[in-house]
Amino acid sequence: MENAANSTHTALIHDPSTYVIEKEPYYVPVGNEITLFEAAYANHLPLLLKGPTGCGKTRFMEYMAWRLQRPMITVSCHDDLTTSDLVGRYLVKQGETVWVDGPLTRAVRAGGICYLDEIVEARKDTMVVIHPLADDRRIMPIDKLGQLLEAPDSFCLAISYNPGYQSVLKELKQSTRQRFVAIEFDYPKPSLEREIIIHETGLDAAVTDKLLKLAEMTRNLKGNGLEEGASTRLLVHAGKLISKGIEPRVACQGAIALALTDDGDMIAAINELIGALF
Amino acid sequence: MKASLQPYSHETLLERLEELYEVEFTWLKVEPLVAVLVNLDRDTQDFILGWAMRLLTTNVYISHEFIIRVVEALDRLERRVIEAWAVHAADIFDQQGLRPALMVIQQVDSFLENAHAHAEGITFAEVESILSTFVCGLSGRRLKLAQGDSVYTDSETLYLPNITAQLIKSKDNFLLCKAQVAFMWAQTRFGSFRVDFARAFAAYPDPAQALAAFHALDTLRLEAYMERELPGLWRDMQRLEALDEAEKREDFCAFPRLQSPDATVNDVLELIPQVLGLPLPQRIYQPRLDPQAVTACMLARMEREKILLRVKLAELVKEHQEETPPDLPLSGEEEEKKAVEPPEFELWEMQEGQGMELVLDDKPIAPPEDVKQLLTSIMLDWGDVPPEFLVPAGEGEYDPSLYQKEEKDIEDVWKGIYHEEGAFLYREWDFARQHYRKNWCVVRELELSPGDPVFVDKVLDKYQGMIKHLRRTFEAMRDENRLLKRQSQGDDVDIDALVEALADSRDGREMSDKLFQHMHRADRSMAVMFMVDMSGSTKGWINEAEREALVMLCEVLEKLGDQYAIYGFSGIGRKRCEIYRIKRFDDPYNAATKARIAGIIPKDYTRLGVAIRHLTEKLNAVEAKTRLLITLSDGKPEDYFDIYNTQYGIEDTRQALFEARRTGIHPFCITIDQRGKDYLPHMYGHANWVEIDDVKKLPLKVADIYRRLTT
Ligand SMILES: Nc1ncnc2c1ncn2[C@@H]1O[C@H](COP(=O)(O)OP(=O)(O)OP(=O)(O)O)[C@@H](O)[C@H]1O
Ligand SMILES: [Mg+2]
Repeated sequence: MENAANSTHTALIHDPSTYVIEKEPYYVPVGNEITLFEAAYANHLPLLLKGPTGCGKTRFMEYMAWRLQRPMITVSCHDDLTTSDLVGRYLVKQGETVWVDGPLTRAVRAGGICYLDEIVEARKDTMVVIHPLADDRRIMPIDKLGQLLEAPDSFCLAISYNPGYQSVLKELKQSTRQRFVAIEFDYPKPSLEREIIIHETGLDAAVTDKLLKLAEMTRNLKGNGLEEGASTRLLVHAGKLISKGIEPRVACQGAIALALTDDGDMIAAINELIGALF
Repeated sequence: MKASLQPYSHETLLERLEELYEVEFTWLKVEPLVAVLVNLDRDTQDFILGWAMRLLTTNVYISHEFIIRVVEALDRLERRVIEAWAVHAADIFDQQGLRPALMVIQQVDSFLENAHAHAEGITFAEVESILSTFVCGLSGRRLKLAQGDSVYTDSETLYLPNITAQLIKSKDNFLLCKAQVAFMWAQTRFGSFRVDFARAFAAYPDPAQALAAFHALDTLRLEAYMERELPGLWRDMQRLEALDEAEKREDFCAFPRLQSPDATVNDVLELIPQVLGLPLPQRIYQPRLDPQAVTACMLARMEREKILLRVKLAELVKEHQEETPPDLPLSGEEEEKKAVEPPEFELWEMQEGQGMELVLDDKPIAPPEDVKQLLTSIMLDWGDVPPEFLVPAGEGEYDPSLYQKEEKDIEDVWKGIYHEEGAFLYREWDFARQHYRKNWCVVRELELSPGDPVFVDKVLDKYQGMIKHLRRTFEAMRDENRLLKRQSQGDDVDIDALVEALADSRDGREMSDKLFQHMHRADRSMAVMFMVDMSGSTKGWINEAEREALVMLCEVLEKLGDQYAIYGFSGIGRKRCEIYRIKRFDDPYNAATKARIAGIIPKDYTRLGVAIRHLTEKLNAVEAKTRLLITLSDGKPEDYFDIYNTQYGIEDTRQALFEARRTGIHPFCITIDQRGKDYLPHMYGHANWVEIDDVKKLPLKVADIYRRLTT
């Protein structure tokens, strides 16, 4: 990502519970999401970001973290994520047991933003630990330590969720979803998407417009053999390849057709669309 | 298919064909067929017989005629073209009956005329799937592809011929199909049909000539659109045009008016007098214009979609009112106003030509996908959406039969001719042609008549000891929450382990790193589908054994609490595939189920692929983390005198299993065929099949499979 560009060959080390993004992340508002987020934040309400993959949810969170000048801790949820992975656990160091905070606890203590990405991937029994934090109590009991943390005003809990491809198995529980203020995301309108692609990739307007057309074509295929159309992210990927001198057809086949599906006929059909455009 | 095999002798052929064509009943003469076949090599004989048998499942006369005609074609046509010709005949039979189908077979001459081109020709079946998806990706009305006698569209369906072969290379013939499809899409998308065909040309002395001029001019207009919208394809189209060997007539002089981005069909109409009498250019990708087909289709659609839109808008209003109940009680005046003024829809133009936005009572609403498509389609026909279309339909204003278009697709035709309600159609994989035969197999689900009610008790009696043993085996696999101690990672410190480790370290010994405890949570949700071979060849001890094994399995699976279902399969030919319900996932294991297990009897043949496809769908409909498809079978896929007995059947089965695996299912096969190792690894993969000699081992094998998947 461009704004975190690190030109040396060694990783920069940041402590996530104190690191505040310095440079404004590039984010183009698509609706009233910024106002809504700020209003919810001011009222200590947790947030649920809904929307298809690659439409800018993560980027929006980075932007809000920068705007509010709070550290942000992101947890990508998966089905082995346990409560201890979020809250913390004892470890043994040199014969002593030492308590180590989990990411959620660190965010609460630091009064930062905790962003739980792809929340439905987590087990349902794990998710209940966020319930007391997500209602008006805003507390976090840590049984093993015998502590009860009361979240500071600046703490913010946000979760993300893609309703599109989840199976019935992975519906968000009512008792979870009803605690959150939801913000709906979708792919930006063509004019905004054009602006984003040009900014992120440096492509000229003519090629960008072709990418946008291709995006629309694949989005027409949603539900007709594709689970999702090409996301803004995929367009950015293809655009970056093209601006590095890769032949547009090749770039789109690699970054878009193959990324969307494994189905041979579908890939062939998307390649025909690409061939028709470029 | 080895060339080294001896050709079939005269006698063998005679015997085989007499049997195939059931000459005692049909009185068909097979001697001429034998005479035709006997001089061919074995590979060719097999090829022809294979297709004759396949056609036999369609109709005996077509099959018979095929053998007579195929020899003329053999030297000159590639096999895949012969196959296309045969399949086409079968399709015509399905759609139109015997006579037209026989015509197709008899007109092999027309195939021979372009023998060379046919070798590189592209069949409709080869492009259908890709180009359907291709055209679906383009904007505008959803268009269908279908096979027709020439290239044309009625504004809803794009017709392509069975074989496209104008160009020398098959690659270019494919591109030609693509260009034709895109061109017809452009006709619907850019308003070529917004013309009153009945009147627009009537004033010309020669209306047909004027229509032709219109088509030629409109082609120029659409080419300009193609150049702007699909520049990559436009380059290909120009190349194709250059490859065309047909005599070219000179282009008209340029008409800048038609090149403009907002050129409409009216510009085209006005230019007609200027070109009347000139030779008209004809592009290779230019479809035939069929004003009758277009007009008929459009008129019906315009009427239907108006009604449909108004009905859907009425539904939208209802949904909207339910969603937003008025939270403030309205004053009497407001209440009145609300009752009097019907909800009002409008279409607003969005900025920068980003299409239209549907607005209800001044608030933009996101229309559902079907309404969006309707609006698009209406705009393509009318140029915009006439205001009266936006008035929601009143309650009962229209008879539903007016807007529910009768879908006369192949499915219904099939059902009508051969089948009752409730038939399912599945494709089948043809490995020789490397693509699917669409809607090839017809499956029906049938009830199985109950068998001897005491059968199950007898089995329980007979295998008491065995069942007890099995229960223990399965119980041990039951997954429960349990605390795992002495782990190297975990949620909590294992105090006992820690104390020991500290003591060890005081004594100078190495300290263990297994100091944690971890809660293992039972999270095994499993669904198993047993697919039981009910073919005739299981008659006798194998059938008995299958039933006994199923009883034992049910007894122990009930203990595990996992979901399981049992279905049997059999049938004759591709149009009579049968699936027998024995236990559905939500059927309890009760007396009725037990009686059905007892009632499993040998029936006909095993067309495995279609059974796998059908049961895969069922299995995928249940919620489970792990899905298992276990086939109990006595052998290879086979069907009644059918190509399915050859490599074809094995490859289709393999393909069906591959499809199942792609959806996350684990397929296994338990077989009683001693020669299983010749083909089962190819179909199921090396680790996923077992051969057993004693059926009592069957439930144990199932336990093995379970263990492999869950631990
Ligand atoms: N509104 C926007 N402003 C700026 N960039 C955007 C915007 N929307 C999308 N992008 C671009 O799209 C890319 C993908 O967005 P992001 O990673 O935020 O997606 P996401 O919604 O978090 O997806 P996922 O659900 O897969 O995590 C970003 O890296 C950015 O380049
Ligand atoms: Mg993200």
